[in-house]
Amino acid sequence: MKVAVIVFPGSNCDRDMYHAAGEIAGAEASLVWYTDTHLLDDADGILIPGGFSYGDYLRSGSMASTSDIMNKIREHAEKGKPVLGICNGFQILTEAGLLPGALMRNKNLSFMCHQEELIVEDNENVFTALYDKNEVVRFPIAHGEGNYFCDEATLNDLKANNQIVFTYKNNPNGSVADIAGIRNKAGNVLGMMPHPERAVEALLGSEDGLRIFQSMIANWRSSNAVNA
Amino acid sequence: MKKVQVYITLKQGVLDPQGKAIQTSLHSLDYPEVDDVRVGKYIELQVEEGPDLERRVTQMCEQLLANPVIEDYRIELEEAI
Repeated sequence: MKVAVIVFPGSNCDRDMYHAAGEIAGAEASLVWYTDTHLLDDADGILIPGGFSYGDYLRSGSMASTSDIMNKIREHAEKGKPVLGICNGFQILTEAGLLPGALMRNKNLSFMCHQEELIVEDNENVFTALYDKNEVVRFPIAHGEGNYFCDEATLNDLKANNQIVFTYKNNPNGSVADIAGIRNKAGNVLGMMPHPERAVEALLGSEDGLRIFQSMIANWRSSNAVNA
Repeated sequence: MKKVQVYITLKQGVLDPQGKAIQTSLHSLDYPEVDDVRVGKYIELQVEEGPDLERRVTQMCEQLLANPVIEDYRIELEEAI
């Protein structure tokens, strides 16, 4: 499986994502500079890493969301290819309208960087099939603007379609309904604030994040086996 | 050329922790009369005049300058410069 890790000016988790998806999980990963849109043509999956794209100008993720490469990513998403946005990647996906809602300043106004326990609320999507429903996992968070917000109608919609994938056990940032990660209705686009790519080796304190990448690869293998 | 002023504020009902912190600071500076503080953004644009000016600036706000999920905006057009 070929996965492209998108690098925007100001991305800073791109190498971690590349390491996790490629060297640890075993996908054929490449780093793709955001202007090299043609390099996405043969990608089977897209990973949008964390960081501070464009220095968080205007709103986190807003500048990146208007770049040309987002049109390509949107096409991939519509075709059902997996698209994963972590941290700033999640902010970019909401700004681009690929996922509903918005990420606001943390309730306590602080940048927070520590481990959080999450509950897997949904495992019927490309990225969490290898987790048990209601399983508790431990991922690091590192954000100042991870306070997920959406209006009540959107929240009801998210609930009705099982689009809430991760919730915080102890909500650190004020997110609506303790939301840490959501997916699109089809289940091939996931955005989340916590960092699974920083939890893929025991050396890093947790291996709980590895199955995100393994689920994605296993899903690709099984759908490709059908086509073969 | 027209000067376009765009004021962006958080929607009513959306929590503004920065505003709350400023309110607390104003209270500690002995301004107990401050009942609420909302922090926003101000963006100034120089735009070539055209029949569609207002509609196009509104579009700019919807697409980029504001995030309609959490923010409201107000547009003011100034006389020709």
